Amino acid sequence: MTQRRLRERLLAGIWYDNPGLVQLLGLCPLLAVTTTLVNGLGLGIATLLVLTLSNGLVSASRRWIRDEIRIPIYVLIIASLVTCVELIFKAWFPGLDRSLGIFIPLIVTNCAIVARAEVFAARNSVPASIIDGLSMGAGFALLLMVIGAFREFAGQASILTGFDLLTGNDAFTGLSFADHGLLLLILPPGAFFSLALAVAAKNAYDRNRRRARNTGTTRSLRRSG
Amino acid sequence: MTVEFTRSEAPYLTPSVNVADMMLQVLLALVPAILAHMWYFGPGILFNLVVAAIFCVAGEAFMMRARGRDPMLALSDYSALVTAALLAFALPSLTPWWVTATGALFGVVVAKHLYGGIGFNVFNPAMAGYVVILVAFPMQMNLWVAPSMGDIDYIRPSLAQTLVYTLTGNLPEALSFDAVSRATPLDAMQSGLRNLQTYAEIRANPMMGDFGGRGWEWIGNFVAIGGCWLLLRKIIRWQIPTGVFLGLLVPAGILYFADPSTHASPGFHLFSGATILCAFFIATDPVSAATSPKGRFIYGLGIGLLIFVIRRWGAYADGVAFAVLLMNMATPAIDYLTRPHIVGHARKQNTP
Repeated sequence: MTQRRLRERLLAGIWYDNPGLVQLLGLCPLLAVTTTLVNGLGLGIATLLVLTLSNGLVSASRRWIRDEIRIPIYVLIIASLVTCVELIFKAWFPGLDRSLGIFIPLIVTNCAIVARAEVFAARNSVPASIIDGLSMGAGFALLLMVIGAFREFAGQASILTGFDLLTGNDAFTGLSFADHGLLLLILPPGAFFSLALAVAAKNAYDRNRRRARNTGTTRSLRRSG
Repeated sequence: MTVEFTRSEAPYLTPSVNVADMMLQVLLALVPAILAHMWYFGPGILFNLVVAAIFCVAGEAFMMRARGRDPMLALSDYSALVTAALLAFALPSLTPWWVTATGALFGVVVAKHLYGGIGFNVFNPAMAGYVVILVAFPMQMNLWVAPSMGDIDYIRPSLAQTLVYTLTGNLPEALSFDAVSRATPLDAMQSGLRNLQTYAEIRANPMMGDFGGRGWEWIGNFVAIGGCWLLLRKIIRWQIPTGVFLGLLVPAGILYFADPSTHASPGFHLFSGATILCAFFIATDPVSAATSPKGRFIYGLGIGLLIFVIRRWGAYADGVAFAVLLMNMATPAIDYLTRPHIVGHARKQNTP
């Protein structure tokens, strides 16, 4: 894989083809757990791990998987990886595991992961698939963190609450700026509003940049012509 | 000598109706209700009105500027002021300004302009804003002052005290919420019925009047005066108010006559909460309501029925805002299914 293609692949997952912002996949966990930054980070890391490994395994075994039963086999691979990740969380981050609850086992049903297996890993080499999984997982995790941070800050006027769930000691348990915020953003409708704002912001940014680039090229064309 | 008759040719135009005229008449029709509200609940609604108007107008101007259009184009149709007035009516008379501002901004910026401005908003802006603050600030939205009926223990917050509360969100030292706030009749009815009290027992409470709550029930009459005037001026059509009343009162009546001890009477439903305001002013929003004659009636029926269902079995005491928003979602389907027959077309082709 050349340098340029590598860069393209990485940017695709994080920005141009982001599973949450552009493909709108995996919205169930995205909407449900992003009440705080730490929750978003936890589920983001878990999804990133599963996605990278499942892409690698699916790609490695793609020559032996019969087309007719490929989806059950993908799900089998993903489910075994999720079980591993769940056990890791239970062993080392029990607090975070309790906080995320059912959403760690539910990573199995995250359609973003099956989609990557089907769309990318089934037709590409192992290294390329692993890089794709890393970039898509990172894009998803970043989106979870951004939305989590926004909802936590606006909804309860704090940031990084539950940080002790990650470190295991009580040295730092988050910053709180006020007693209460806009409760609505913590509630389920707030998740939809936040996601919609994030998608809108991304589209607006892309459009402005495209416009700036277009006027730039016409200007340079005019200058040269 | 010849007599010259003035001759004019068809079409004989009726006075032109534009959005600004319509909205101004709606505002005018609300005046009796506002005065009645001030009589019973004090000057709080005026402050709410001012705050809501400021933020609705500011939000509209900001969004028009952000969309690259002339702000005066939107501000000159007064629709932002109607949104502000309806929102102010939905709020308790004691409401901190930031709560009102959140609702006003959400209604105008998100529910109206993100959908494309007046004419394109799927949801009624005032009700969308109200639901957001109802969900986001449950504590502030449940503090209703009791109506002033000349009771001995009644304490009316003065103009200055109301202003202080609106600006700071804290009552002055002389007042406490236990002294000024009461459960609304709908709250009392809902919690009473859930606690297995009979309808007659709840009605025995001195806060209840002839039909609804004492004092509360009168506001509806003044809203109805404005509503009838709008009907006479043909600003609104009869189908939606009729639909709302039928949709609410028929099921309420059936259940009441089947078992009068565990269901509130239709009269109580009619004169409590925002029923009449909804029928004449909220459900008749020309943009988010259904437009075909038959469709308007179905739309009104749906709202009335949903109000009844939410009041009887829902988590909130009054369901007007939720009922209106839910039926707003159904509006495109209703309009599609009730397209009127076009003269000259075969009947069969026209039915979808």
